[in-house]
Amino acid sequence: MSDLVEDLLAGRHSALARVITKIENRAPGYREVVSRLHDHTGDAEVIGVTGSPGAGKSTLVDKVAARLREQGHTVGVIAIDPSSPYSGGAVLGDRIRMASNAGDMDVFFRSMSARGSLGGLSTATTDAVTALDAFGKDYVIVETVGAGQNEVDIVRTADTVAVLVPPGSGDDVQMLKAGILEIGDVFVVNKADLDGADRTVQQLREMLQGRSSAGHHGASGTEMVEAAGTGDGGETADDWEPPIVETVANRSEGVDEFLAVLDDHGDYLDRTGGRERQARDRFAAEIRTLLREDANGLIADELDRRGGLDAHVDAVMARETDPYTVVDEVLEPLRECLDR
Amino acid sequence: MSVEQEQDGRTIRCLVAKVGLDGHDRGAHVIARALRDAGFEVIYSGLHRSPDEVVQAAVQEDVDVVGISILSGAHKTLVPRILDGLREYDAFDDRLVLVGGIVPDDDQGELRELGVDEIFGPGASMEEMIRYIREQAPER
Repeated sequence: MSDLVEDLLAGRHSALARVITKIENRAPGYREVVSRLHDHTGDAEVIGVTGSPGAGKSTLVDKVAARLREQGHTVGVIAIDPSSPYSGGAVLGDRIRMASNAGDMDVFFRSMSARGSLGGLSTATTDAVTALDAFGKDYVIVETVGAGQNEVDIVRTADTVAVLVPPGSGDDVQMLKAGILEIGDVFVVNKADLDGADRTVQQLREMLQGRSSAGHHGASGTEMVEAAGTGDGGETADDWEPPIVETVANRSEGVDEFLAVLDDHGDYLDRTGGRERQARDRFAAEIRTLLREDANGLIADELDRRGGLDAHVDAVMARETDPYTVVDEVLEPLRECLDR
Repeated sequence: MSVEQEQDGRTIRCLVAKVGLDGHDRGAHVIARALRDAGFEVIYSGLHRSPDEVVQAAVQEDVDVVGISILSGAHKTLVPRILDGLREYDAFDDRLVLVGGIVPDDDQGELRELGVDEIFGPGASMEEMIRYIREQAPER
């Protein structure tokens, strides 16, 4: 088999597709592939699109991709759908709505399923973005249902996060509950031709004002790197006030405005050093996740050598030992090595 | 069944494609669902796809199985174009190509010669199809 990485870098679509498969499957050798690609990344603009099911994410992404293609850019799209917790299977249906880009290989659309794994999906998504970036895509769009923490982690891998809010999506409390207000850099009220759209925009505006006065921003929970307040009257990476755009995606209305707002946010990141800060945060998170995964693997092996988890549980059940002691014992050799 | 897949760390991916003009996809839905319940990842194309679109989806999604559902009788023109497209992107050899729907006996041999791996006509059972995919999906 020829060298996947070289084929990918040479622009072969089947190699790009195969690399993403390897990443998804955690196939042997996938790590080496991703590390070799790393050197070729950093040029793609990464956009996260999230929102509740039926908000019109796929349709908007389709039209955005078409518009970017008209402007001469190449586009990669990763669409994430849930998988069945029972069979592990999934029907990945977002492709149906990519009609505007049908037959255009320079829009590389890839469906990914959550495969039931919690931490794994965000690692796999980050790696898939790496592959598309290295392939040379100008824009990479990551689309996912904004349903839980897992999805929030995924869209955090983006430079700019757009949150779609359908009209009439409930009262203030619903929006608070969804918890996705905190992660949006841009808000989109799609299906703006429907009744109640104005009211949704109004509610959203009020909620966002509440948010900015509380001084919150998307980076909460990650390490804060000192914001570089360069030029422009001391504007810092925390001064961004998320705009609200109205779109009717199925008629391509508002797509240009949406793209303009994405550009604004990109410029703002460049101006304030926010882009570098985000990249640092992202790499920090990635290193932490990988460390945790690998350390878990080492510990699982050590557990096996000691007769497996069940044996320890039996001992605890019989009150011969307790969970704290077990953990101390299992980690003892590791601790010895590292303390040295 | 999903345990089996987890062991070799691989999930089988299938494209269920409706190509051409026939406007009836109830069968394709049923199949997509059954494959999902078997633990596969299924990408459904939607109706009225052109051969190019099917090829694009098969390549980008890197599916193990390209399932083409066709009832309109246009299989002799549409299926060869899909096969050619897959070859053009080096995406033919390591993929199963299945055709489902109405294919007269006389045409079946011809399609197989062109590279179709199996044809499932009316009355084919889901279990049969799932077993076939599990056994025949190419190692990569």
